[in-house]
Amino acid sequence: MTRYVMVADLNRCVGCQTCTAACKHANGTPPTVQWRKVLDVEIGEYPDVRRLFVPVGCQHCADPPCMHVCPSTATGQRADGIVTIDYDLCIGCAYCFVACPYQARYKVTQPTSFFGGALTVNEAQRHDERRLGVAQKCTFCADRIDAGLARGLKPGVDADATPACVNSCIANALSFGDIEDENSNVSTLLAENAWFQMHAELGTEPGFYYLWNGRLPVAAGVEEGGES
Amino acid sequence: MIRIGSILQTSWDWRAAGNFILGGTGGGLMLVLAAASYPGRPPLLTGLTGLALIGLGLFLVWLEIGRPWRFIHVYFHPQTSWMTREAITAMVLFPIALLALAMDAAVLTAAAGVLGLGFVYCQARILHASRGIPAWRDPAILPLIIGTGLTEGAGLLIVLAAASSAAPGWVPFLFVALLVLRGCAWVVYRQNLAASKAPGATLAALARAHGPVFMAGNVVPLGLTLLALLVPALAGGLSVLAALLAIGAGWYMKFIVVTRAAQVQGYSVGRLRRGRPVPKSPVRRQPDRFVA
Repeated sequence: MTRYVMVADLNRCVGCQTCTAACKHANGTPPTVQWRKVLDVEIGEYPDVRRLFVPVGCQHCADPPCMHVCPSTATGQRADGIVTIDYDLCIGCAYCFVACPYQARYKVTQPTSFFGGALTVNEAQRHDERRLGVAQKCTFCADRIDAGLARGLKPGVDADATPACVNSCIANALSFGDIEDENSNVSTLLAENAWFQMHAELGTEPGFYYLWNGRLPVAAGVEEGGES
Repeated sequence: MIRIGSILQTSWDWRAAGNFILGGTGGGLMLVLAAASYPGRPPLLTGLTGLALIGLGLFLVWLEIGRPWRFIHVYFHPQTSWMTREAITAMVLFPIALLALAMDAAVLTAAAGVLGLGFVYCQARILHASRGIPAWRDPAILPLIIGTGLTEGAGLLIVLAAASSAAPGWVPFLFVALLVLRGCAWVVYRQNLAASKAPGATLAALARAHGPVFMAGNVVPLGLTLLALLVPALAGGLSVLAALLAIGAGWYMKFIVVTRAAQVQGYSVGRLRRGRPVPKSPVRRQPDRFVA
């Protein structure tokens, strides 16, 4: 089987937000909506302080709370682990918003322009009426993956079958691939580096792994070590 | 644990809080009313009041959803969604309760009461399933929401009974017991959140609400009700005042929990691990336990 995950190498990320921009360009998301964004984080206390750039978004959990609470079955999950939203089923109740521990979901109720006033020609062309009033979030660019697979391409290896944020990363900090393939790029990265998952204690089994080979501040209360 | 960006959720506002406020009271009233009336027919006005509260709460939710004309989709996921289960419970409760009010049938009265309790239980589970909000996902939210719904229901029955038909003599004693239970649930809830390192803003919001909720909403009504039981001459006024205080405190508490103490989980840096992980399979690959 296949389970697609993303790996963010915090040792490499420089916080340039190119992935954020690439996502907005690829998916035509309106103002205030960021399916992918990068947090600029300082942790610890002086003088034991670290600055990290942490890409976040939907973590495509193996056990996604958003899917379980959804009353309309709009939120679903593919066999490859990608968590989906059916815009035609969603009622916009926002239950998934409060169920998601990763603040990954957005809702806009009317078309808005980046430039104020009416939508520009480009914005109007890319406007998706189905996304109004419903939940939306990162799709792992599932349409690109499916189109690439149909052409015999390999997600995470071939750009045309890989999420836009990964393709755009200037530091090669983002990787995408099949974690159930022991020889995939993401499996290799995780085998060779220290990593963590966000909010792993909540049991959601997120499909987003963070690599960090440096030491974390003791004051941050983060434990290190331990085999998985 | 470090926590980054734990802001107040704004997805559910006063309209969602209104559903928990009105629906909780209405559901609690249906249960207490059914118990007070059993095996006979519940008073029409009191029963209709309970249904109206539940209906108004659901109407407030309808005002909040992004695609209100798709509301029928809310019934699509009874397998796991407590919101669907709440909607189904309400859908069954209304005709059963109306029949119970129209007919002298003990089974219908009992069913209406059980469904009222079921409605309150669903509301508690809705909050508990919200894994992104530390103040809601704590297990202590269950007795708190259920307890306050029943307390408000008993209180409202006392108020309505004072204005119309008299309630059974055991209702004030039930009210006292529920006040004690709700007070305990509130204390345990706050202790749990503090122990689980809930966001500071959550703890601060609950601390600010402690006086109105615990003292004015539990301790004072408890004293007034006990005084009313000891001095029958004062019973009418004191009981109604105690009930109104308890109802107001419950409504205020739910408003605070839903709209003021609901900081999101935030982001964090987790425990560093080494070695290739053994990933869990996506749950949708596994057989549906409700179908097998």
